[in-house]
Amino acid sequence: MRKFAKRYQVYVWIAALAIATALSFVFGFNPGQTVFLNFRVSFVEMISFVPFLFIIVGLFDVWVPKESIQKHIGEESGLKGMALVILLAMLQAGPLYGAFPVAYILYKKGASIRNIFIYLGAFSSMKIPMLGIEIGYLGIEFTLARTLISLPLFIAIGFLMERYLRGKEFKVVSPSSPGTPGK
Amino acid sequence: MSSNAIIFISVALVLSLLSFLMDRQKTVAGFKRGWQMFRGLLLPFLNILILVSIFLYLIPPSLINQYLGAGSGILGFLIAALVGSVTLIPAFISYPIAAGLLQQGASYAVVATFMTTLMMVGVVTLPLEIKYLGRRVAITRNALNFVAAVIIGLMVGIIL
Repeated sequence: MRKFAKRYQVYVWIAALAIATALSFVFGFNPGQTVFLNFRVSFVEMISFVPFLFIIVGLFDVWVPKESIQKHIGEESGLKGMALVILLAMLQAGPLYGAFPVAYILYKKGASIRNIFIYLGAFSSMKIPMLGIEIGYLGIEFTLARTLISLPLFIAIGFLMERYLRGKEFKVVSPSSPGTPGK
Repeated sequence: MSSNAIIFISVALVLSLLSFLMDRQKTVAGFKRGWQMFRGLLLPFLNILILVSIFLYLIPPSLINQYLGAGSGILGFLIAALVGSVTLIPAFISYPIAAGLLQQGASYAVVATFMTTLMMVGVVTLPLEIKYLGRRVAITRNALNFVAAVIIGLMVGIIL
């Protein structure tokens, strides 16, 4: 029973919407009808571009192998190294907590402090799948303005963090391997 | 059909065709990857669309306009920056919320601040970040990001 509930709890909202909508139309309950019409507009909007965005993202994923970029990180310095971590960050997907394990890998591979923080900055605000959705919902002008203003700022944060940590002991630790902190 | 749909569909078609001509198997693998990601996102996305639909009905534009609109001044910013910093909404599904806020009369600056703090500042994920980077560094990073997020929000508001 518990297993059943767990498996289907993700559908609760959809089911509730379907039932509420059906009842609203049967009994002529206006608020329910309005909510459904709102939903229909936003659903059509979503389904008309998000699946195609994921075709693009999926193709990127197979043609631009993240592993081969990761391999060169730490070897390249200066502008090239910076561009490389930003590119790597843009190819990722998912929430910020997925960025820390990669930051740990970058640290182990000898990336500079500056580039580790630039990676985290780029990860939080320049992932390609996210930019796609942003263009779809808020427009290309908004996305361009936000991205172009963000870029110099998180590069600045990278420099600031490097300066702040100069002479201090800094390491990225992986919680999943507690026996070897920052080794 | 919206211009959005036309752009995304054309880009997807062109890329698929190119990819297919170069490597058939890779293209199929890419479609599968995309489908997996889309499927993982679909339900949370639909749930947020339902919530936004209810909010659009319940919250009158005048209220949004008063607290988050162009005339809301510093208060709108503060609300956006604080809510953006403390909530953990995946960036993906936060866009329908942002679009809804704009539609109901919130200003670009306020919505941009909400989005940037949401992306860049993570109060809820701070404990995890501390495990990786240490307490001092994680807190410093988030504080710097908060300042940067507010600057970005303000500047986007000025430009748009």
